[in-house]
Amino acid sequence: MQNSSENKLAFALKSAVAAGLVAMVLAVPIIGLPAVDIGGGTLGLEPRWMHVGLAAIIVFVGRFLLVSTADKRAAMSGDEPLFERMVKPVAQYSKPIGLLVVIAAIALPFMPFANRYVVDVATLTLIYIMLGWGLNIVVGLAGLLDLGYVAFYAVGAYSYALLAIHFDFSFWICLPMAGAFAAFFGVILGFPVLRLRGDYLAIVTLGFGEMIRIVLINWYDVTKGPDGLSSIPRPTFFGLPFKRRPPEGIESFHQYFGLDYSSMHRLIFLYFLILLLALVTYWFSNRMRSLPVGRAWEALREDEIACRSLGINATNTKLTAFAVGAMFGGFAGSFFATRQGFISPESFVFIESAVILAIVVLGGMGSQFGVVIASIFLILLPEIFRELEEYRMLAFGAGMVLIMVWRPQGLSIGRAPSIRLHGDPGKGGAS
Amino acid sequence: MTAPLLNVEHLTMRFGGLVAIDSVSFEARAGEITAIIGPNGAGKTTVFNCLTGFYKPTEGRLTVDRGGENYLLERMMGHDIGQKAKVARTFQNIRLFDKMTVLENLMVAQHNKLMQASGWSIKGLLGLDSFKQAEKEAVDLARYWLERIDLVDQADDDADSLPYGDQRRLEIARAMCTEPTLLCLDEPAAGLNPAESAALNELLLYIRDKHNIGILLIEHDMSVVMKISDHVIVLDYGRKIADGEPEAVRNDPNVIRAYLGEDEDSELPPEIQADLEGGDD
Repeated sequence: MQNSSENKLAFALKSAVAAGLVAMVLAVPIIGLPAVDIGGGTLGLEPRWMHVGLAAIIVFVGRFLLVSTADKRAAMSGDEPLFERMVKPVAQYSKPIGLLVVIAAIALPFMPFANRYVVDVATLTLIYIMLGWGLNIVVGLAGLLDLGYVAFYAVGAYSYALLAIHFDFSFWICLPMAGAFAAFFGVILGFPVLRLRGDYLAIVTLGFGEMIRIVLINWYDVTKGPDGLSSIPRPTFFGLPFKRRPPEGIESFHQYFGLDYSSMHRLIFLYFLILLLALVTYWFSNRMRSLPVGRAWEALREDEIACRSLGINATNTKLTAFAVGAMFGGFAGSFFATRQGFISPESFVFIESAVILAIVVLGGMGSQFGVVIASIFLILLPEIFRELEEYRMLAFGAGMVLIMVWRPQGLSIGRAPSIRLHGDPGKGGAS
Repeated sequence: MTAPLLNVEHLTMRFGGLVAIDSVSFEARAGEITAIIGPNGAGKTTVFNCLTGFYKPTEGRLTVDRGGENYLLERMMGHDIGQKAKVARTFQNIRLFDKMTVLENLMVAQHNKLMQASGWSIKGLLGLDSFKQAEKEAVDLARYWLERIDLVDQADDDADSLPYGDQRRLEIARAMCTEPTLLCLDEPAAGLNPAESAALNELLLYIRDKHNIGILLIEHDMSVVMKISDHVIVLDYGRKIADGEPEAVRNDPNVIRAYLGEDEDSELPPEIQADLEGGDD
């Protein structure tokens, strides 16, 4: 026994030295050589070897503790990994917890701490939650890796903006039209790429996303190119505008309800709007999952050849997945347009697609709940830690690495069957 | 005698210069088990792939006669063969929907029926009663087949958590949930132990007798072939070399030569003889 514990110590020491060396090498350019102004406006390097050494020592000690206590930690946590134990109660009471979250989300704008910033960040997070749920249909359920989802977001935003500016339609008319346009583009993209799978599909969708962006930049007559579309009409509360001084003959929101004017009214309205849209997306995709078409999506993800042998039309099934996913992207896009009041191709670059995909993958493919957690992680936390400035992205990267080490399959709790023969075990069914 | 359910005429499949199937003709009848046997590489699975639309045959005609209506399989899209001509199949390497439950596997098999009942999802989204009724019937059909293959208790487990033999039978049940007129089974007994193999025989005979559909069977396990098939077709190098009752095929000199090579001596080594007779070892 003595021998084996010595071996373990040696192993821990070895791996700690290796990690420390790697950290040192990485730290030299990242921490050790900051560029500073050395007078006369020229930049020079000011080496900080102390910091490099410190970083290497921290990594060394951390790694040593991690490896040398691995056995003890494993013995302590028992058979079940920590995460499973943590999420089990969550999975068991998913319904009441979900309800609580929704109630909290509704109450949020009326909380004393809810200032302009809080509502804004919450709105932003909800946009990504909605996009995540939309993309989840394509990637998580149907298993079609889509790297150009932002294209549908852009189509929705531009259709909304153009319709609202040129035809003066109200938000509630533009919204379904924008969704329909985006779904139409989903089908257009879907047709040529149906025979592709996996990596090949990802490349084509990536190209499609870029195509849309480049068309938006260059089609100056319609999209105003890189200048973007401005003065997009703001949404109204069923015809009541949110303005301090509405035009003659029109009552504004605060006048109608006898309130004092506050710019928060519009923000809170927008917040509830996106909350509603996100909940509709959630309800719709959850519902679709337990319908034949949703089951066919999942079956297609599992085995396309078996689907064909069962008489399932894979072409149509994939197209519906593309169209439905794109439609929700379009809805989110039109909300984005009306919230910002200004859109330009800058908002629809590839990194947006990547972030949305990261939300779906980190959340655990196909998991609705995981999307919420991942959105909070990827959108909300970086916003909150804005004070950390340049270390913010470092923390973002570290967080991603942590999740992938900790839960390579994503944060999801596991797939719930869309139909059961023996009733729900959580409710004490027949089984 | 009734008209054959499946009529294959001069089926030929070439891959470039390679002739995988060379002008093969045969028939399969409803209420009969037709076995296709032959050495490895004889073209058995290629016949199945042509029948189920995974390959387009180079030449030949494949007709399914379903209650007087004829379907020409070689002209149909892959999924139409399952949907309209009602030809279902299983695969040599099991192809279940692994991460879905046993029941969901059987529900996916009833997709076309349910899709129509859900009004292409509109009625389903609204939760109308007509759809709920259809879904209940689909669950009942799934339960019926789960009882046949003895997996009712595992209905809510993931398909990939089942033992190998159960997965084989689940794949057959899934094919049966499409309510086919012709069931094509590609080596259903591969990798099964004797007990599982016997259970499979029983299941196939049950399907044949109670549901009166045609079963086309590719199999290497002679104990299965000789016991349950009504009709045996032997392929070798893409040609049909024998066609008839199991007893007749077993003694056919062409078949013996195909299995043992060009030996003038027609005496079989005892272990092969036992194998061909469907030895009860």
